[in-house]
Amino acid sequence: MTMSVSKQALGVAVVAALSASVSTSAMARETVQIAGSSTVLPFASIVAEEFGNTFSQFNTPVVGSGGSGGGLRQFCQGVGENTIDIANSSRAIRSGEVANCNENGVNEILEVMFGYDGIVFASRIDRAEFELTPEHVFKAAAAQVTVDGELVANPYTRWSDVDSSLPDQEIVLVIPASNHGTREVFEEKVIHIGCESVAEVEGDACNNLRGDGRIVEIAGDYTETLARLDAQADAIGVFGLSFYDQNRDRLQVATVNGVVPSLETIGSGEYPVSRPLFFYVKGEHLDVIPGLAEYTEFFLNDMISGFGSPLEDAGLIPMDEAERAEALEQFQARTVVSPAE
Amino acid sequence: MSITIEQRRQHRLMTIEKSLATRHRKEKRFRRLGLMAVMTGMTLVAILFASILMRGVPAFWQATFFMELYFDPEVIQLEEKPERASGESPSDFNQRLSAWQTQAGLVNWQVLIDRALEDKLSEDLEPSQLRDLRALLASNERFTLRNKFMDDPSLLGQTIEVKMLASANVDVWLKGNIDRDLADARQQLSAQTRAWADQLYEEGIIRNAFSTALFLNTDSRSSPASAGLAGAFMGSLFMMMIVIALSVPLGVASAVYLEEFAPKNRLTDIIEININNLAAVPSIVFGLLGASIFIGYLGLPLSAPLVGGLVLTLMTLPTIIIATRASLRSIPPSIRQAALGIGASKVQTVFHHVLPIALPGILTGSILGVAQALGETAPLLLIGMNAFVANVPSTPFEQSAALPVQIYLWQGNELRNFFEARTSAAIIVLLALMLSLNALAIWLRKKFETRW
Repeated sequence: MTMSVSKQALGVAVVAALSASVSTSAMARETVQIAGSSTVLPFASIVAEEFGNTFSQFNTPVVGSGGSGGGLRQFCQGVGENTIDIANSSRAIRSGEVANCNENGVNEILEVMFGYDGIVFASRIDRAEFELTPEHVFKAAAAQVTVDGELVANPYTRWSDVDSSLPDQEIVLVIPASNHGTREVFEEKVIHIGCESVAEVEGDACNNLRGDGRIVEIAGDYTETLARLDAQADAIGVFGLSFYDQNRDRLQVATVNGVVPSLETIGSGEYPVSRPLFFYVKGEHLDVIPGLAEYTEFFLNDMISGFGSPLEDAGLIPMDEAERAEALEQFQARTVVSPAE
Repeated sequence: MSITIEQRRQHRLMTIEKSLATRHRKEKRFRRLGLMAVMTGMTLVAILFASILMRGVPAFWQATFFMELYFDPEVIQLEEKPERASGESPSDFNQRLSAWQTQAGLVNWQVLIDRALEDKLSEDLEPSQLRDLRALLASNERFTLRNKFMDDPSLLGQTIEVKMLASANVDVWLKGNIDRDLADARQQLSAQTRAWADQLYEEGIIRNAFSTALFLNTDSRSSPASAGLAGAFMGSLFMMMIVIALSVPLGVASAVYLEEFAPKNRLTDIIEININNLAAVPSIVFGLLGASIFIGYLGLPLSAPLVGGLVLTLMTLPTIIIATRASLRSIPPSIRQAALGIGASKVQTVFHHVLPIALPGILTGSILGVAQALGETAPLLLIGMNAFVANVPSTPFEQSAALPVQIYLWQGNELRNFFEARTSAAIIVLLALMLSLNALAIWLRKKFETRW
């Protein structure tokens, strides 16, 4: 008898749990939900935390990762409480992604630029120092290069083969996989520019990287790249400036075109491999999810993302006053990203 | 004649002895191999545990400031904390209270900390040194101070001894987790901050104290030193409650039905095979399923322990069914026959006689299944539980992290010097939970075990 009673009780509990789950799915979400770029994630998390600590009336936003591409895909899944409100991205949204968004009913894509980030080449501290140029990197990474005026499969195995000024060290380049926005910047600002110096290679062929194991693609975070450098002592990794900055005791950075990457040289544009960072706000959610507009404006506040702010401490290169004012104005005017872009 | 018989016997004995020696040798070799296999396993486990403990245990203690702090009324210019007046409606009171809290949030709490530190360093500081000074303390401590004051406004004008966390980089520096001989450019802290940290450590103002933050705080990125496991722990707890509430009754009910009531035919065979197959499905597949069904189709919230619990339930269910069936099968048929023989119905037989005997096995299976679910990470990554969450969830519907995911997140944190140890500490906490669940399973089995 007692057994059957407790079994009934369990049954009731199961039904109750299930019905509770269904009824709350109709409940309003009160926490801003963010996902996307792992480069932006540390910055967005810091802002989220400060936001939650400063505004007691709002919950602390939740920040997920998944890479720029992954975040924008989630963002474009549609409008509704089980879709994210903000996609962090370390590159501008592509027209294909805007079209996908619009198809799923996300029409109000508000672009917010909040600062810059540098991309650096770093090697282990116990290895030789590098002074790279985009051409060096292209020659080390490309599938085909020219030797004596002829296009041949990349024959270089050591950096000193590429250019005699470089150290005699095995070529292993650890780069982010294509789910990262960093990859796009790496291709645009390093590979393509290096490619231009090789007249025979043009267009799409510029993107062909060698497939003989000397290029290692990392789909995870920079920690994974760092772990790769621990395992392969000769490898050179591609990192965000902020990651390098927090691990200066283990990594040494290569100069590009003779410029050492730093907050100053990237801010001034002297260091060539930098990019703006963005997040995209779903306009349809602005009046539905409490704190979404406030979070965005808080992010653009000078105290948070300006010079001397916690984000600068974390490695963000702040925008100047005019850019900040423009970004805020654009957001407040609800300027939507048009599909033609 | 007799000689040849004797010779033959001798010969036979020798052959037997020879083969006996070979057999004994073989047996010895086999035993030795077996022992070696066990030793190898034990050594690997020992190395694993030793490396985790060696790295993780120091992280349970962290650099902490113990110093007097003056709640200066000139800095804290606030009205009295509102008290609920008689006849005031709760919403009016809440409005007044939240206005007061907003005011309290605008107070410059950092200045109080700066002044207390300046006092301790007994130096006159230039404004340009403020940045070095603030690098000493975890940046979240100003909010801890604010919350302390909001709880007890009578602190105004008092000087009390407070305990505040040093910043992550100071902790790394004092513990020697960064090479102290590195050049200034490669250090995380400025030379000034490092000198101050050493000075304060020698004076006993910074001490290596047990880290309550690790257990009581949620994850933090703006102030890594205060990052803790509280949010992840609650998230895991909610998930396990859901897993237990759903998978144990469902699993036991289906096992009892299949074992005791269902006819043995093709259909039940297929069901049995599929349950075994389901147990072998990689957990990430359940994550994909959960993301598309629970979040995509049913519209349940992202990153919520509810969805995590449902996904882990799917994963745990076959384990519990299989364990329960094995436990039911091991009960001798004579028990059932005796019960049926004295006139009990089938249901009475099962619930009064079979289940109580099978209970230890069912409990063990269920607990081990739940322990496995507790450590599962892959499916949670797919349903958005790898997000940064700075709140402790109060219901299973709120966004939350989970313990194994928190380990994954800390492992990926860019401040390697600090989080390598912190990650190992989190692993120790998770392992301790798992081991205690396993111990509970063993204890329950011993307690309810029936022998005959």
